Amino acid sequence: MAEEILAKIKEKFSWQILNIFEKSPRRAYIDLKPENIKEIVEFIFRRLRARFVIVSAVDTRNAIEILYHFSFDIEGKIITLRTKIDKQNPEIESVTPIIKGAEWIEREIYELLGVRFKNHPNLKRLLLAEDWPEGKYPLRRD
Amino acid sequence: MAKTIIPIGPYHPLQEEPEFFKLLVEGEKVLELEIELGYNHRGIEKIAESKSYDQVLFLVERVCGICSTSHPFASVNAVEELADIKVPERALYIRSIIGELERLHSHLLWLGLAGHFIGYNTVWMWAWRYREPVLDIFEKITGNRQHYAMMKIGGVRRDIESDDIPEIWKMVDGLLPVLDMFKGVVMDDPVIHARLKGVGILTKEDVFEYGALGPTARASGVAIDVRKDDPYAAYPLVDWQVITQEEGDVFAKAVVRILEMYESVKIIKGCLDKLKVVGGEIDAKVKEIPPGEGIGRHEAPRGEVFHYVRSDGSNRPVRYKIRAPSYMNVPTNQKSVVGGTISDATITLAAVDPCYCCTERVAVVDKKTGKKGLTGQDLIKLSQEKTLRIKREMVV
Amino acid sequence: MKALTKSIWVFHFAAASCNNCDIEILDALTPRFDLERFGILLVGSIRHADVILATGAISHKAAVRLKRLYEQAPKPCLVVAVGACACSMTMFRDSYNMAGPFDGLVPVHAYIPGCPPKPEAMIMGVVKLIKALKKG
Repeated sequence: MAEEILAKIKEKFSWQILNIFEKSPRRAYIDLKPENIKEIVEFIFRRLRARFVIVSAVDTRNAIEILYHFSFDIEGKIITLRTKIDKQNPEIESVTPIIKGAEWIEREIYELLGVRFKNHPNLKRLLLAEDWPEGKYPLRRD
Repeated sequence: MAKTIIPIGPYHPLQEEPEFFKLLVEGEKVLELEIELGYNHRGIEKIAESKSYDQVLFLVERVCGICSTSHPFASVNAVEELADIKVPERALYIRSIIGELERLHSHLLWLGLAGHFIGYNTVWMWAWRYREPVLDIFEKITGNRQHYAMMKIGGVRRDIESDDIPEIWKMVDGLLPVLDMFKGVVMDDPVIHARLKGVGILTKEDVFEYGALGPTARASGVAIDVRKDDPYAAYPLVDWQVITQEEGDVFAKAVVRILEMYESVKIIKGCLDKLKVVGGEIDAKVKEIPPGEGIGRHEAPRGEVFHYVRSDGSNRPVRYKIRAPSYMNVPTNQKSVVGGTISDATITLAAVDPCYCCTERVAVVDKKTGKKGLTGQDLIKLSQEKTLRIKREMVV
Repeated sequence: MKALTKSIWVFHFAAASCNNCDIEILDALTPRFDLERFGILLVGSIRHADVILATGAISHKAAVRLKRLYEQAPKPCLVVAVGACACSMTMFRDSYNMAGPFDGLVPVHAYIPGCPPKPEAMIMGVVKLIKALKKG
């Protein structure tokens, strides 16, 4: 079962996938280009019915990495989509129009790392105070 | 009809933590709910980057005081996955015992608060009284009533002595009649039925859309439980069941939590039996953490805790991401509260067992001056009056 | 001040706390420890409060609310810092979102350390506070 999921994704998006790294039978990481994220997220969430876990973002000094974690509960597998975006102009398509549960985390990444999510319905601060200075992002490593 | 904004929070008696709910109501009906966070944001993810892996455990323990072993549990799972560490079997049983004892005390705590919100203060006092023996056991085996500091990368910090086993056994046995009593209170009381059934319904589809977790999801018939789906610690080694209910209302959430406590008792007993025969070390020697990334999950009382850790080979994580269950569960209130009445809002908001310190790791309105609104106390009063009214109508 | 020693009504202010002290405060009020027998009552409105029980370190967002709440409290109003975070901020000292410990923002009259302090410790703290008040 668990292999089937990866096979399905591979078959559908063979030319978009840059790399697949299977750390263990229950954990897999798929590298993608930022422009392909939205359609693959839609496929995994809507067609394969994976549970959306969370998005995490990492500042790797020269780029910002964004990871979308999805859980296949029956198989006990976590598939992570990984993409790198430019640190000078951090912008990526929002997945909130597809997944309601992603609204908060995208707002959080927006304020903590300064990533702008295009077409997010309500992109404003979530956690930090109103008087927090613009352009200062606590989770960036500068 | 005029629309009114009712602020709940950030500081008011409905929640013991700061959180700001804005209810837009028309008459009795809730039209919209807006949630504002940020009062409790401590920046734990950032602090974690400056701590060593051993220190991180103590830090993430303080993400939340109620589920205070859940975060270290997920954390050790993540680091052990990253570094491929094999944990001795005895430590696995001890970990599961701690995890389940915590579920017992957390669910009892919720039951008490839920009772308080619908005007059953006796339930509150009783549930909290019966929670005390669980805390006593914690104090006995870990040295602290809360913040147990039992998890350690590669094992556990303290052993459970064989002399302590009969006492733990006696305590969980003593809980069973209490659970029977609470089950009776919830299942057979016509007032509770009238108050909780059909209130704050969350459908299966909503659970999927919002990614809801734990008892909130299981009460809507979605059988997700990390302990079964992605087995870890001693959960695959003992016998127990995942509890689900189909209705998705507040009543179902209460039933799920009560029945889960029976399962916890089962797991604890199973683990204690094994502890008697499984000996050996309680921790593996860990030399260094290689570069790489790890994902750790644990089924906390409120749902799945998710930790993502990335290492560059040094003794500190490069990035530490924490996702607590309430982070996904609290937004579901936008579905379950809207359309209901104000007097049901309190119990519905409380039904997901929200935990804001978790949600923000990293938030009741100060009475917005000039705005006409109800205070939090009025809200609880409204809720309690409704129970009284139902009681009178039913002549109980 | 002496009038305060009879039946203290407390208001519970949770800043950025981990919930543990908050739970232990409630615990101290429930049957096992039963602080209510001394007339100590948890109130919902700051305008009824004699004592503010403060827990957790203070985030920037909560700091504004704390100052406003303290202004609204009827004076004399005592502040008790419960738990290690409220006393000294412990591991959250270096966080980017922290405004400081309680005594940097409002006058604090008693400290109850511990992570979390046991209900017994809280009772002892309250007793000490009452004794100090009686002395004047």
